[in-house]
Amino acid sequence: MSLLSRPVRAALIAGSMSLALVATGCGSSDPKAPAADGGDSASAECAPFAQFGKHEGKKVSIYSPIRDKEADLFQETWAPFEKCTGMKITYEGTGEFEAQIQVRTDGGNPPDLAFFPQPGLLERFAKAGKLKPAPAEVKKLTEQNWSADWAKYGTVDGTFYAAPLGASVKSFVWYSPKMFAEKGWTVPTTWDELMTLSNTIAGTGVKPWCAGIESGEATGWPATDWIEDILLRELGPEEYDNWVAHKLPFNDPKVVAAVDKVGSILKNDKFVNGGYGPVKSISSTAFQEGGVPITEGKCALHRQASFYANFWPEGTKVAEDGDVFAFYLPGNDPSKKPVLGAGEFVGAFADRPEVQAVQAYLATGDYANARMKLGTYVSANKGVDIANAQNPIDKLSIEMLQDPNTIFRFDGSDLMPAAVGAGTFWKGMTDWINGKDTKTVLDYIEASWPKS
Amino acid sequence: MTTVSSTVAAVRPGEESAAGRVRKRLTSRTASLAAIVIAVLWTTPTFGLFLSSLRPEDQIKSTGWWTFFSDPQITLENYQEVLFGTSSSSGQMASFLVNSLVITIPSVLFPLAFAAFAAYALAWVPFRGRNWVYIGIFALQVVPLQMSLVPLLSFFSEGVSVFGTQILPAWNLEGPARFAQVWFAHTCFALPLGVFLLHNFMSELPGELMEAARVDGATHGVVFRRLVLPLVAPALATFGIFQFLWVWNDLLVALIFAGGTADSAPMTVRLAQMAGTRGNEWQRLTAGAFVSLVIPLVVFLSMQRYFVRGLLAGSVKG
Repeated sequence: MSLLSRPVRAALIAGSMSLALVATGCGSSDPKAPAADGGDSASAECAPFAQFGKHEGKKVSIYSPIRDKEADLFQETWAPFEKCTGMKITYEGTGEFEAQIQVRTDGGNPPDLAFFPQPGLLERFAKAGKLKPAPAEVKKLTEQNWSADWAKYGTVDGTFYAAPLGASVKSFVWYSPKMFAEKGWTVPTTWDELMTLSNTIAGTGVKPWCAGIESGEATGWPATDWIEDILLRELGPEEYDNWVAHKLPFNDPKVVAAVDKVGSILKNDKFVNGGYGPVKSISSTAFQEGGVPITEGKCALHRQASFYANFWPEGTKVAEDGDVFAFYLPGNDPSKKPVLGAGEFVGAFADRPEVQAVQAYLATGDYANARMKLGTYVSANKGVDIANAQNPIDKLSIEMLQDPNTIFRFDGSDLMPAAVGAGTFWKGMTDWINGKDTKTVLDYIEASWPKS
Repeated sequence: MTTVSSTVAAVRPGEESAAGRVRKRLTSRTASLAAIVIAVLWTTPTFGLFLSSLRPEDQIKSTGWWTFFSDPQITLENYQEVLFGTSSSSGQMASFLVNSLVITIPSVLFPLAFAAFAAYALAWVPFRGRNWVYIGIFALQVVPLQMSLVPLLSFFSEGVSVFGTQILPAWNLEGPARFAQVWFAHTCFALPLGVFLLHNFMSELPGELMEAARVDGATHGVVFRRLVLPLVAPALATFGIFQFLWVWNDLLVALIFAGGTADSAPMTVRLAQMAGTRGNEWQRLTAGAFVSLVIPLVVFLSMQRYFVRGLLAGSVKG
């Protein structure tokens, strides 16, 4: 710091000059704000928000990795809330969330609220003492509206920090209902049926599966989802949790067996890669394009999360009787339905009353329903009315999430230390697709687990 | 190009032989051919990007730009969406363009002014420890920008306190006022190089000139304004262009100090957000990249004359 002091001081003049300029420029626009609202005619409209109190002129900032269209819909959703409580919510979406949130927190400039897509990241901030525990109201709402599985991911060392927000379901296999009807194939309900179906399809000369794991510097993540999905089915939820927490080694024989099970599809030249070529083409195909051959009849099955609905070429009808739809990736036992998924958690860096009001509002069923009415959205909130789902795939996802028999588990790579979950696991899986054997790859990932 | 080099040759006949040999070697046919090949190779990606930006979305996503020649389809829809779309999901580039200008212009002028003053003082105002100050500033160039991001951010948001005593208050800026932070940051980061560059130019000026002016009764202010500034104009232009391009293309500093909201973020931040949460709207990037490219291109082309002169001035004086 001392090195910097001289130019900093020199440049301070510049700063203060501009500061003065800006301050005068700003003054004129401010006084308008309070006068704008305040009509009592809208009181009926505001009745549902009365419980959140009045926070006239207060500001709450939200920082999030969600941007673009979805960000617009967020803002549209809470506009009535803002109007009725009198506060202003500043929303900022960024593609560099993971790095930026750290810089801003270290620099003493954290947002009031952040939507964490990884519980692992949330945990790090909670342990560093940066996050504020959730207020009692939010805790109550979460217990009411979400299953214990979900609440657990917002809890660190016994303290509840963050309520869940949106969700996505990853345990889906996309297929073409039209193609299935034409050929007389049926949706499988067990793993064995799935393999029989794959063989049947392969017999007709079409490669049954297609996949793509290329995603820039995150290449490999779709393959990690595959592995997690199968591990969850093979080992059961308790062992899955142990694996995520590294109580079960990454190269344990049970894990090797599960990965080989995935390999029976992804590394089988008879089964992949429909529309693209041999096994190795998986690693060079963009994940966005991975399932597209289904629409061209060159491939029949593609395992990808619910959000893949956005990636189909324009004009593709996503419905039970349409061009494409998805079924649950079956396990060995059809009576058990573990679901792999992901979602965001609302962590708070401030505990001002208006910030807590926003936290509480986002945890309500009213919010989730209002958001769903505007466009595609999935939440595991139990208060969600399934009739508000905007498309069949959202409906299916919500049905799965709300089913009391569903065992929900979070995407494991988002819970592991970043060096593994966003590093060697991705890279290892890419090598695996490119021809390395299972044991070597798992040994490599095991060795990379940070020791502490 | 030719006029500049011929004047240089005329002014310095002593160096004719060496410079002439180099020039002869560089004006042969093979050299021209190589230059053309390099220029074409260099421009091809940009050209492809430009063609892509004019193609319809489904074409961009399914085929390469070269298919344009067999199946030409042109649309301005990408530009329309990127520039004037009203929802935050489409571009809104027009308003971010203004932000970019508001950030860039002061971020070029402030360091230019301060560096010129400082360089003059260090070169021509005799005071004790002058060389140590200069070495200190020069040494600051080794501090990587990334290292100072967090301290600078906490300087803005928490102020400076030593042993619990607040020395400088926090700035606590919000909304458009955060431009000040970005100006401040860019000025800080530009000064060491700026001072170093301009100091080298100014110290090369003949001392007799200053002495003559002093004898005629000129103060430092007059010498600086009437003598030094016109003489180092090419250097100022060079540093100005460098700084302009750097600030215009900067994402990191803007992301941290300006934030990502529409009232203060520049175009680079917007470009980074525009592809959508899962990168599925990347067709917008082609048009977006071109919009952000236009202004630096205009600046560079209109000031290119100074640029070349500035670089040459440094090389022959060395």
